[in-house]
Amino acid sequence: MTELNNVRRADLVVIGGGPAGMAAAVAAYEKGLRDILILERDDNLGGILRQCIHNGFGLHRFGEELTGPEYAYRYEKQVKEYGIPYMLNTMVIDVDENKVVTAMNRECGIFTVEAKAVILAMGCRERPKGALNIAGTRPAGIYTAGTAQKFVNMKGLMPGREVVILGSGDIGLIMARRMTLEGAKVKAVCELMPYSGGLARNIEQCLNDFGIPLMLSHTVVEIHGKDRLTAVTIAKVDESRRPIPETFETIPCDTLLLSCGLIPENELTKASGIRLDRVTGGAVVDGERETEIPGIFACGNVLHVHDLVDYVSEEAVIAGEAAVKYIRGEKSHGMALNLVTDGKIRYTVPQKITSAEKTKVYFRVANVYRDVKIVVKEGERVILERKKQKVAPGEMETVLLSADMLAACDKNATISFSLEEVKK
Amino acid sequence: MANERRLTCIVCPKGCDLVVEFDDTGAIKNISGYTCPRGKDYAIAECTAPVRTVTSTVRCEDGEVVAVKTAKPIPKEKIFEVMAAINKVVAPNTLKIGDVVIEKVAGTDADVVATANR
Amino acid sequence: MFDYVVIGAGVVGGLVARELTKYRLSVCIVEKTSDVAMGATRANSAIVHAGFDAKEGTLKAKLNVQGSEMMEDLCSELGVKYKRNGSLVVGFNEEDEATLHSLIERGEKNGVKGLSFVRRDELVKIEPNIGDGVTCALRAETGAIVCPYELCIAAVGNAMDNGAELKLNFEVKNIEKCGDVYRISSENETVEAGAVINCAGVYSDDIARLVGDDSFSVRPRRGEYMLLDKECGSLVGHTVFRCPSKMGKGVLVSPTVDGNLLLGPTAEDIDDKNDTSTTPKGLSHLSSLASEQVKGIQLGKVITSFTGLRATGSTGDFIINSPIDGFINCAGVESPGLTSAPAIAKYVVEMLKKSGRELKENERFNGVRRPLHYFRELPVEKKNEIIKENPDYAHVVCRCETVTAGEIIEAIRTNPKPTSIDGIKRRTRASMGRCQGGFCTPYMVELLAREMGVPVTEITKSGGESYINVGKTEKGNI
Repeated sequence: MTELNNVRRADLVVIGGGPAGMAAAVAAYEKGLRDILILERDDNLGGILRQCIHNGFGLHRFGEELTGPEYAYRYEKQVKEYGIPYMLNTMVIDVDENKVVTAMNRECGIFTVEAKAVILAMGCRERPKGALNIAGTRPAGIYTAGTAQKFVNMKGLMPGREVVILGSGDIGLIMARRMTLEGAKVKAVCELMPYSGGLARNIEQCLNDFGIPLMLSHTVVEIHGKDRLTAVTIAKVDESRRPIPETFETIPCDTLLLSCGLIPENELTKASGIRLDRVTGGAVVDGERETEIPGIFACGNVLHVHDLVDYVSEEAVIAGEAAVKYIRGEKSHGMALNLVTDGKIRYTVPQKITSAEKTKVYFRVANVYRDVKIVVKEGERVILERKKQKVAPGEMETVLLSADMLAACDKNATISFSLEEVKK
Repeated sequence: MANERRLTCIVCPKGCDLVVEFDDTGAIKNISGYTCPRGKDYAIAECTAPVRTVTSTVRCEDGEVVAVKTAKPIPKEKIFEVMAAINKVVAPNTLKIGDVVIEKVAGTDADVVATANR
Repeated sequence: MFDYVVIGAGVVGGLVARELTKYRLSVCIVEKTSDVAMGATRANSAIVHAGFDAKEGTLKAKLNVQGSEMMEDLCSELGVKYKRNGSLVVGFNEEDEATLHSLIERGEKNGVKGLSFVRRDELVKIEPNIGDGVTCALRAETGAIVCPYELCIAAVGNAMDNGAELKLNFEVKNIEKCGDVYRISSENETVEAGAVINCAGVYSDDIARLVGDDSFSVRPRRGEYMLLDKECGSLVGHTVFRCPSKMGKGVLVSPTVDGNLLLGPTAEDIDDKNDTSTTPKGLSHLSSLASEQVKGIQLGKVITSFTGLRATGSTGDFIINSPIDGFINCAGVESPGLTSAPAIAKYVVEMLKKSGRELKENERFNGVRRPLHYFRELPVEKKNEIIKENPDYAHVVCRCETVTAGEIIEAIRTNPKPTSIDGIKRRTRASMGRCQGGFCTPYMVELLAREMGVPVTEITKSGGESYINVGKTEKGNI
C-alpha cells in the first residue's frame, strides 16, 4: 500500500457512479469542466442497472431498447473516453456543508476531498421487510426482490423454487418473470392496493405472459416455516386495508419476495443537514436540482424515485450542467417560487424554482384518476392546463413551464399544482 | 361473440390500452388506443404472431454468470425453448458486451448476445 | 472427560461457564442450536432491572440486585455496550400511584438505591414525549440497558479464550450417571463430566427430568417485540415501563444500546417451546399499549418484529438447586434473568464450593475481551493504521450500519465462531440496519462461504435447513 493521500481537492465530486452520477459527470465534462471525481461504492460503474438485465431501458434517451447493463455501459464508455476520474469500491461516509466529502477505500484508507460542488447520486433502496411487520416465524427464504435479483442475475444462485411475491412494484414483476424463466414456479403476486404500483406493460409481459395471477387488494398476513419458509397465508383486505378473516388462504412456497416500493438513500444527505421533502424522501431542490446548501446538487433516485432510467439521466444532465454554472459563479437566483400540491398530486420535483428558465416539473399522483386535467396556477391565475385520460401512482408525470410562464410570475409566488376533473 | 381484443402495449413504459377489433373472418378490422406507430405494429403482431425479447444469463467456464439477450424478439411460444438453449451453453470467461453466444437460437433468426462485460 | 459440562449457551450458561474458567477446571458448553444466544437470550427486553419488581426475600430479588450492581463492570471487562439510562415506571391514575409507592417500598427493602417518585410536571421535563395520560412515575436511577446476545457472545467467547470448549448442534438426549461420572449424549456424540450445570432455558425441565428430577416445570411465555429505526432511538432516554395493574403488566418502551427504539414484550403463556412466531394480535396490542406510555411512536419506522420465549418456572422464583450430587439446575430464569445472570454464575460457584468441590484459582484467567465493534469507535488515524495493515477494514459491506468486510471476517474468526448469516449479524450488526440485509446479504454469503471453505449454496440464515439459496441457476455443465 502506498502512503495515504488523505486530503484531495476537486472542482466537482459526484457521489455514486450509477446512471445518475455518470450522466451528471458526463454533462459537466461536456460543459467544459475537467476536474471531476466520481466516487462509487461498488466494484464497477453502473449502479443497480448492472443487475437489471431485462430490456426496456433507453427508449427515450437512445431511441432503442436496451438492457440495464447495456444502458449503463453507454455512460461507462463515455466516462472512460472522456477520461473522467472515478474511484471504485469507495464508500462516502460523510458530506459536510462546506462540501468536504469524506470517503474510504482499500487503497487510500479514510480520506477527504474538498470540492467546489457536490452532486448526490446515491440512488435508492428497497423498503425492507421489517417495515411490513408480517406476523409469524422468521425463516430463510424472505428477500426483497432486488436481493433476489442480485442472487439470480449476478451470482447465478437460486433463492428459491416456489415463490409468492408481495407488492407489485416493477422489480417484483420483473423478478416474477425472471424466476419463472429460471424454472421457479411463481404462485401469486399480492398487492395491498387496489391497483398495481408497477408499469402496465410489466404486468402484461411479466405476469400475463406466464399466467401468474396478480391479486389486487391482497396481502400476506402470516409467515410459516421454521428453518426455511414453507408457506405464507394471504388475505384479501377491505377498503381500509385490513385483512378480511374469511379470505385467509395458505399457499405453500419456499420463497417470499418483497417488492413494496423504493426509498431514496439519503443517509448522507440527512447527516449533512440538507432539508428533505417528507413525501419524496429526497432533498428539497430548485429547478436546477440544487439543494438548500449552495453547491450541493442531487439527481436520480436519491432525489425521488423515478419510473424510468431515461428520466434519471435527463435529470442528471440538469444537475451536472448546473454544478458547472455554480462553480463558475454563473448560477442565478433571480426568484424564489414555491411549488405546492393538492394531495392528489403528491409532490413535485423541483419543489422550488429560483430562476426564470424553462423548467420541467416532475410529479406523481396519489391514486389512479381518469379524465382529469393537471392545473398549474399562481393564486387564481391559471398558468397551464393539461388534460389526461389516465394518471397512476406507478407512473411519473411531467409538465414543462416555459421561461415566459415563469417570468410572468411574481418573484416570490406560490405555484400550485392540482388535479381537476374534466366534465365529459 | 368477442370480436375485439384489449391489449396493454409493451413497447414503451406508457403502457397504452389498445383495442383491436376483428371482422367475422377474424381479420383485424380496426385498431385504436395507440399513441405511436410502434403501438399499432405491436397490436398487429400481438394478434397475429406475438414476439418477445428474452433476457437471461449464461454461465461462463469459471462458473460466473453474464447477462445475455436475444438480439431481436423471438416468437412468444419459443421463450422456454430459447431458455433451454441458453441454459445449455458454457461461455468463455472473456465474454464482452455484444459478443454472440448462440447463433440463431432455437431455430429462430435471433442470435443470443452478451449484454455485459466479464 | 470434562470437569464440568454446561448445558445451554444462553447468557446464563455463558456466564456460568466463564465463571468456572476462573478456576483450574476443564469446561465444556453443549448447545442444541447452531449458535450461542439462541433462546431467551436472543430476544428479550435487553434491560438491566434495578430490582424493585421481585418480591422481597426471593432468590430473584437477591440475585437481581446483585446482578444489577455487577453488570457495568462485567460489561466493561467483556467489551460489551452498557448504558445506565435509568428506568421509569409510569402510572395513569391514583391506583397506579399507590402501586408505585409500594414498589418503591419493596425496592428499598430489596436494597435498591436511587428510587424516587416523580409527578407529571417534573416527568415531562426529563421525558417530554411521555404519554398524555401519564400522571406520575417511579424513577429508578440504576436501571440500565445492555445487548443480551452481545453479552452472551462475549461471555462464551471469553470462556473459550480461557479454555472452555463449545459444542454446537449438540442436543442433549440422554444423561447417565455412572458412579461419579455423568455421560451426556446427543444423537451422535457423548461427553463425560464430573458435574453438570443445567442452563437449558425453556428446556431446563426436560433436562432435569433426564436425571430424574421432576420437581418443577418450565413453560414458555411468548413475548413479542418491535424494533424501530435509529431515527426513533431518542424518543425517550429512559426505559419506560408501565405500572402493573389489573390490566396486566404492560410493556416497555426503551432505547437500545445500539440506538434503536424497542417496544415490548407482550405476555402469553404457550405450550410449544419452539414457537417463536409473532402474531397479528400481539403486534397490534403491543403498538397500542406502547403509544399510551410514550407519544410520537412512528409505527411506520418499525424495522423488524420478533418473539422471545421467557422460561417461566412453576415455582415463581428462580430454581437454582442441586437435586442430586454434581447436577445443578439454573432453571426458571425468567425476567429479570438477564440482569441476574452474572450473580447466578457467582451463586452457582458458591454452591459448588459449599458442596465440597475443589475449586483452585486459575491464575492465567483473563477476563478481558476485545469487543468486535471496536473498529468503528476508533479515531480516523487509528482506523487508517488498521486499514493500512488490512484493507478489508476499508471495504464497507453493510451500508446502513457501516460494517466493513474486515470486521465481518474478524467476527467469523473469533470465538464463538458464527456459522450462519444471523450469527454474523448478531456479532457485527451487519444487516441489522434499516435495509435489513437487502444489499449486504449476498456479499455476507460469499464471505462466510470463503471463510468456512464451503460452497455458497451451503450457507444458512440460521443453521439447520435454513439455506439462503436453494441451489445454483441451472445453466452450463458446471
